[in-house]
Amino acid sequence: MIAALFTTAFLAQIVRIAVPYVFAALGGSLTERSGVIDLALEAKLLFGAFAAAALGHATGSAAIGVIGGMAAGSLTALAQLGCALWLEADQVIVGVALNLLALGGTRFLLQVIYHEGANSPPAPAFGDSVTSNPLVLGAVVAAILVPLAVKHTRWGLRLRAAGDRPDALVAVGVSPRRTRLYAALVGGALAGAGGAQLSLAVGGFSADMSSGRGYIALAMIILSGWRPAIAALACVGVAIAEALNILIQITHATVAGHRIPSELAPLLPYVLTIVVLAIYNGRSRQPPASLGKL
Amino acid sequence: MIASSRDPNREALAVAIALLASLAIGSALMLVAGKAPGHVWWLMVERTLFTDAYSLGQVIYKATALVLTGLSVSVALDAGLFNIGGEGMVIAGVVACAMTGSALPASTPALVAVPLCVVVSAAAGALIGGLIGVMRVWRGAHEVITSIMLNSIVAGIALWLGNELLFQNGTTTGPPIVAGAELPQLGFGGSAANLSVVLALAAVIALWWLRSRTTWGQALLAVGRDPAAARATGFSVGRVQIYAMLAAGAFAGLAATNFVMGHKHAFEEGLGRGVGFLGISAALLGRMNPFGIVAAALLLGFLSSGGLAVAQEVPKELTEMLQGVVVLAVASAGPIARRYGRAAKDVPADPVRTTGVA
Repeated sequence: MIAALFTTAFLAQIVRIAVPYVFAALGGSLTERSGVIDLALEAKLLFGAFAAAALGHATGSAAIGVIGGMAAGSLTALAQLGCALWLEADQVIVGVALNLLALGGTRFLLQVIYHEGANSPPAPAFGDSVTSNPLVLGAVVAAILVPLAVKHTRWGLRLRAAGDRPDALVAVGVSPRRTRLYAALVGGALAGAGGAQLSLAVGGFSADMSSGRGYIALAMIILSGWRPAIAALACVGVAIAEALNILIQITHATVAGHRIPSELAPLLPYVLTIVVLAIYNGRSRQPPASLGKL
Repeated sequence: MIASSRDPNREALAVAIALLASLAIGSALMLVAGKAPGHVWWLMVERTLFTDAYSLGQVIYKATALVLTGLSVSVALDAGLFNIGGEGMVIAGVVACAMTGSALPASTPALVAVPLCVVVSAAAGALIGGLIGVMRVWRGAHEVITSIMLNSIVAGIALWLGNELLFQNGTTTGPPIVAGAELPQLGFGGSAANLSVVLALAAVIALWWLRSRTTWGQALLAVGRDPAAARATGFSVGRVQIYAMLAAGAFAGLAATNFVMGHKHAFEEGLGRGVGFLGISAALLGRMNPFGIVAAALLLGFLSSGGLAVAQEVPKELTEMLQGVVVLAVASAGPIARRYGRAAKDVPADPVRTTGVA
C-alpha cells in the first residue's frame, strides 16, 4: 500500500477529489468575506452538479455543462441573497433551507425531466485524466486569483469593507448590498463550477452527490480564518484524507492484523474537523466583523 | 426573525404569508409536473384525512417524531443556538434504545423496560447535544459545523455497529427488543401511530411550562434574546447554552421511542433518517411556540403522508422539496410580517444574530 501512495494515479485521485472542495471554499470565502453567511454552499454544489449534467447531456458539450453549473451556482446565490438581504431572513436558516430545497429539488427535477429516481442520463465525462480536465486548471487559477483579488484589487477592498465596515462603504457612496450581491454571484459561480466537477467527472448526476462537501468546505473556511488561500489548502488536506481512505478500502490495508472498518474510515475528515475546531479556538481569529448582519 | 416577537397578530401573519407562499410554489411545481394543482391538493386532503385511516395514522406517526425534533431545534434556538444536529441525535437515540431493549432479559416487565429505554434514548441524544454545546461554549466552535460533522459521524458509527454487532444474517435489521419495551400501537388501519405520542405531548407541556413558568426558562430566553444583557443580569450564558443543548439532544433522542419502541421494535439501517432536519421546519413554522410546533408537525406530517397518498399523480419528491420551501418561506415571512404587521412596542433582537454567528 505504501508504494501506491507515490503513484501518479494516487496524485490524480487527490486532485479530482480536491477540485469541488477548493471551488466551494473559494466561492464561500468571497461570500463570507462580503458579510453573508454561506451555509448554502451545499445547495450551490448540488444545483451546479445537476445543471452541468443536464446541460451536458442535452448539448453533448462538457463546456456548456460547466457554464450551466456556474450559472446554477450564481442563481442559487441570487435566491440566497434575495431572501437574506432583500427580505431580511436569517442567513443561517436561509442556507439550511436552500440545502433542503436543493436536495428535494434536484430529485424532483430528475423525476420530472428524466422520470428517474436517482440518476441522470449520461453526460459528457471528463474522466480520470487530470491534465485534460479544464476544471482542474480552473481550480488552480481560481486558487491563485481569488486570494489576490480579495487582497489587492479595488473590488476586493470593497468586498472586505462590506464584510467588516459596511458603514464606511456607505460613507464613500458604495452600496454594501450591491457589493455583497456581486461577491455572492461570483462566489456562487465558483461553487457551481465545483458542482460541475462532481457530475462531469463521473459523467452524470446522482441524487445527493454533494453529500456534505459544502459543509466541509465551510468548516475549512472557518478554520482558515476566512483566508481563501489557506481554505483552499485545507481542502487539499481533506482530499488527501479521502484519497487515502479509498486506497485503504481498495488495498484492504490492515492495522496490526485488523481490517480498517469501511464504515469508520470515511469519518476521518469529520473527526479531524472537530478535533481541529476543539484545539484551535474559534475565537482566536475573528470572522468578518459584520458577518450575518445587515 | 427567529425570536418569536410575542405579538400573536404578527406571528399569525408571518405563518399565513409563509403558508400562502408555499401553497403557491407547491401549485407551480404541480403545474411543472403537468397536473392541475387544485385536483392534487384536494386528493391529498381527501385521501389523507377522510378516506384512509391508515394515512391519517401515518400523519400522527410522523408528527410524533417531528414534534420532538421540533422541540429540540426550538429549545436550542431559545438560547440563541441553531441546532441542526437533530439527525445525529435521533440516530444516537435509535441505536441506544434498540441495543438496550434487545439486551434486556426476555421476561423484563414493561414497568422496568419502558422507562429504561425511554431514558436511554434521551440520554444518547443528550450526549450528542451536550458535545455540540460544550464545543460551542468552551471552544467557540460554531454549532452548525459541529452538528453537521457529528451527524455524519453518528450515522457512520451506527452503520458500523449494525454491521459488526447487530444486523442479523445478511439483513439490515438488528435483534428485536423485548416485548416489555414495546409501546402499544393506536390502530388507525394498521398504521405505525403508537403510544409515544403521549410522550411527545408530555415533552410539549414540559417545555411550555419550563419556558413560561420557571426561572430556568427566563434564563434561557434571556440568553437567546441578548447574551450580553443576560450576562450583565447575572446569568451564566455558557452554562445556559450547554443545558439548552443537553435538553435539545434529549428531545431529539426521545424520537427514538416512536421509531424503535412504537413501530419497528429493532434497529434498522436508515430508521429515523430525515426527521432531524425536518424538525427545523417544524420549529420555525411553529414559531418556537411548543403548541405551535405541534400544529406545524401535523402539517408537515400531512405533507409527507399526503405526498405518498398522491404519488401516482405527482412525484413524491415534490412534497420533499416543499419542506425546504416552507422553511425558506417562513424564514422570509417573519421579517416581512414585522415590517408590515401591526407595530409592537419592543421587538426582541434576533438570537442568532446577536450571538455573532460565524
